[in-house]
Amino acid sequence: MNAPVKNPRFSRRAILKGGAITVGFAVAGLPTRVRAQGAASAARTLDPKEVDSFLAVNGDGTVTLYCGKVDLGQGLRISIPQIAAEELGIGIDKIKFIEGDTALTPDQGRTSGSTGIQRGGMQIRHAAATARKALIDLAAQRLNAKPEDLIASGGEVKPKTGGAGVSFANLIGGRQFDLKLDAKAPLKDPATYTIVGKALARPDVPEKCFGTHVYVHDFAVPDMLHARVIRPAAVGAKLISVDESSIREIPGAKVVRVKDLLAVVANDEWSAIRASRALRAQWSEWAGLPVQANLAATLRADPDIVDETLVNKGNPAAQRPDGAKVVTATYYWPMQSHASIGPSCAVADVRADSATVWTASQGTHGNQSTFARFLGLPKDKVRLIYLEGSGCYGMNGHEDAAADAAILSRATGRPVRVQWTREDELGWDPKGPPQLIGISGSVTPDGRIFDWRTELWIPKTTRGMPNIPLLAPEAAGLDHVPGLNPGLISQNGDPSYAAESIQVVAHWLKDAPLRPAPIRSPGKPANCFAVESFVDELAAAIGADPVEFRLRGLKDPRAIEVIKRTAALMNWQSRPYQVASTANGVVRGRGISFVHYKHSETYVGMGMEVAVDRASGHISVERVACAHDCGQIINPDGVRGQVEGSILQTISRVLMEEVRFDRSRVTSVDWSSYPILRFSGVPRIDIDLIDRPTQPPLGAGEAACAAVGAALANAVHDATGVRLRTVPFTPDRVKSVLSGKA
Amino acid sequence: MARYDLHINGKEQAVESSDAGKPLLYVLRELKLTATKFGCGLGQCGACTVLIDGAAVRSCRTSVENVKGKPIVTLEGLGTPDNPHPLQTAFIKEQVPQCGYCTSGMIMSAAALLSTNNKPSETDIRSALDGNLCRCGIHTRVLRAVMAASGQGG
Repeated sequence: MNAPVKNPRFSRRAILKGGAITVGFAVAGLPTRVRAQGAASAARTLDPKEVDSFLAVNGDGTVTLYCGKVDLGQGLRISIPQIAAEELGIGIDKIKFIEGDTALTPDQGRTSGSTGIQRGGMQIRHAAATARKALIDLAAQRLNAKPEDLIASGGEVKPKTGGAGVSFANLIGGRQFDLKLDAKAPLKDPATYTIVGKALARPDVPEKCFGTHVYVHDFAVPDMLHARVIRPAAVGAKLISVDESSIREIPGAKVVRVKDLLAVVANDEWSAIRASRALRAQWSEWAGLPVQANLAATLRADPDIVDETLVNKGNPAAQRPDGAKVVTATYYWPMQSHASIGPSCAVADVRADSATVWTASQGTHGNQSTFARFLGLPKDKVRLIYLEGSGCYGMNGHEDAAADAAILSRATGRPVRVQWTREDELGWDPKGPPQLIGISGSVTPDGRIFDWRTELWIPKTTRGMPNIPLLAPEAAGLDHVPGLNPGLISQNGDPSYAAESIQVVAHWLKDAPLRPAPIRSPGKPANCFAVESFVDELAAAIGADPVEFRLRGLKDPRAIEVIKRTAALMNWQSRPYQVASTANGVVRGRGISFVHYKHSETYVGMGMEVAVDRASGHISVERVACAHDCGQIINPDGVRGQVEGSILQTISRVLMEEVRFDRSRVTSVDWSSYPILRFSGVPRIDIDLIDRPTQPPLGAGEAACAAVGAALANAVHDATGVRLRTVPFTPDRVKSVLSGKA
Repeated sequence: MARYDLHINGKEQAVESSDAGKPLLYVLRELKLTATKFGCGLGQCGACTVLIDGAAVRSCRTSVENVKGKPIVTLEGLGTPDNPHPLQTAFIKEQVPQCGYCTSGMIMSAAALLSTNNKPSETDIRSALDGNLCRCGIHTRVLRAVMAASGQGG
C-alpha cells in the first residue's frame, strides 16, 4: 500500500506526424493516475480548437478528458470532470482525467489567475457540448429519429419519450469526432443539472490520506542521479573555484559545474545532501541589494520611473465642494515568499535529441519553449509532464528545479532528480514584489466619495515574457529571455464605488530588488488592502458606518448582496468607528472590506473581528465572515476550500510575512526567520457561498485573498483607533504605531 | 556499511548505511515509504512526522542509529483503504487535504495525540499540531476531522 514507483520505463518517443503527436511509453507498477497518463498513447491532436484535443470516447464506454490546466490541490480533478460529465450526459464515474502533459493535453494556458474553471473548464464545457450534439446527430441516423426527440444521458443517446437507446461507445467509441469546438453548440439548462453544483469528493484525497499519492518528490526513473544545487553565497556572485577533493570521502558523489551552475550528484539522496554540505566553493563578493530598511523610499526615488495613467474616469479638475474632507495615506506591502511546505523538486531525462521533464509547474505548456531554448532542442522534442508538488500558489521554485534537473541531466547523461532545500526555497524562490501605494481623495459631508487618486510604485512586466527568467540557464550561461514578470499586479488599484473622478497612475519601476514572480492573487492583496483601507479612512473622516458608506457608492446588485450578507454573518450593528480606549489591555474591533476581483470577476465581502493586546502588540483574528459570489458554482466544497485557504494564507501574509535580506542575499531562509500562520492563530471562519447557476462560473482561488488585508486593518483601527498601513502587522510594528512612533 | 535492524509498520526491516547519522526520513523514502515528506530538514515544519514508540517524532532529525529496534509507524502503516485509521476516515470525509503535502505529518501528529488523549479539546488539538505547518490553509478542516475521529462533533 506504499507508493511503489518501481521501474517505470518511459521510452520517450514523441513523433510529430502532420500535427498529431504519437506518444508511446511503457509503464509498469505505477499508481493509477500516472499509469493512466502513460496508457493514453493514441495519435492525438493538441489543437485547442478541436473537440478531440479535449476528450475521447473510449471503446469501453469511458471518456478520457485531456486538460491543459492542472490540479494543484484546488480540485480540478473533480470539478473539470463534473463539467464534462454534465454536459456530455454521462456518469462522472466514467470519466478519466489527464492533466498538464505537453504530449497529451492541449495548451490551455498556465493554471494561474484563478482561470482553471472560468477559462479552462469552459473550453471543456464547449468541447463536451459540441460532442453531445454530434453524438445525438449520430444517434438520430442510427435510430431513424429526429435529434430534437433524443437526449444524451447515462452515457447513451435515447428517445426522450423512453425506449431503447444507443451507447456513446457504440456510436463513436475509439474513434475521433473530427469536429471544431462549436461555441454555439447548445449548453444544458442549469436547471437540469445533476452533477454540476454537487459537493462531490476529490479523487486524490484518499490517496493523500493513505500516502499513495505520487508527488513529483516521490517520482523516480531507473538509473536516476540525485542532485543538490549549490546556490551562490550572494544573489549576483560568480563561481571562482570549486574544491572537488572536499567531497572525496562521500561514496559516489561528484561535482557538476556548468559555468556558475554548481551541483553535486550521487546515486542516493543522502549522499547528495552530505556532499552539498561538505563541498567547498569560492564565490565572488557581491552586495548589490538595496538597504531593506529604506526600501519603500528607494522605490519612490527610483530615477528610472516611467509613469502611466491606468484609470482616468470622471473629471479630476472638478472643484471639491465646501466641507469636503481630504485624506491622504501611503501603504506598503513587502516582498513575500510562496513559502511552499515542500521545497521544489523535479526529475528530468535529457538525451541528445529529446528531453522529458516531470515537473509540478503550473505551466507545462508555457515552459516547453523556454526549456527548448536553453536545451537547444526543437520545441516538439521537449515534453513536460505535470506531477503534483507541494502547493505553489503562483510561481515558486518548481520551474527552477526543473531547469536545474534538465541542465544537470544533459551534463551527466543520466536522468536527474533535483530536490531543493528549505533554504533554497525561501531564499531563491522568485518573490512577490514590494508594492508602495499612495492614495489621496476626498469625501463630501453627505457621505460620497468625491475624488480619488491612486499611485502605484511597482515593477513593470516585460512585454512578451514567456516565463520569468529561470536561475539555472542564467547561471549556466544558456540562452534565455531576461526580464520581469510579477503578474498582473496593477489591477484593482481603483475602488468599485461611485466618485466624481477616479485616477490610477502606475509609476513603473524597471527592476525589482529580488527576482519577482506571480504570487497568489498577484498584486491584488496589496492594492485592495490600500483601496479598502482608504475607503474606511474616508468613512471615518465623516463618522460614517463602513457598511453604509460602501453601499451608498454601489449600484451593482451582486456587490451590494455580498456586503449585506457579510454584514449579516457578522451581526453588524450600524455605527461609526468606536472611540477606542487607550488603556493597556486587550481591545476588540470589527472591520469589513469588499472586492470585485479585477472589476470583472468574483465578488467578495470580508468581515473580521480582532483582539489587539495593546501591551504586546499581538493581534488575534478571532472570527472571519465571508460572502462569496463566483457565479455558477461547480463544486461547492471545492469553492469553500479555496476560500478558506485564501483567507488563512492571506492572514498569514498580512500578520507575519516579510522576506528579510542583507545587501548580499535573503536571510529569512527557515521557518523561524520566515514564520507563517500556525494552528494557534487560526480563527473561526464562516463562509456564505452565493450560487448563481445561470451566470458564468468565475474563479475562486484568489479573489478572497484580496479582501483580507483591509478587513483586518479596518478591524484593528476599530479596536485601537490607529491605522496599520504597512504589512506585516507584527507585534513590534503594532506597538510602534500604537505609541505614535510610526 | 553498518547494518541496522529496524521495526517499521509491524515488520522487521534490515537496512545498511555507511553513515550512522543518516536521518530516518531518507531510510524510509528509500524503502519506498514515500508518504513521509521532506519539508525542511530542520525539525520545524512537521511534514516528516512518524511515530516512534507511539510518540510523534520528526524523522528528518532522527538518525537511523537511534531508532534501532524501536517500533516505527509511518502513514502507510497507520491504516489502509481496507482498514483505515479513524483519522484517515475523518480526513477523507472532511476532504481535508488540498495539495496534501503536509497531510501525512498532520495525521501522524494527531494520531500521537489521540493515543494519549482520546477526547482532546480543540485547544489540545491546536497545541498538539502547532508544529505542523500548512500553507494551503486546511487548518479548520483538520480541527474538525480530529474532533470527528475522536468521536466528538462531526
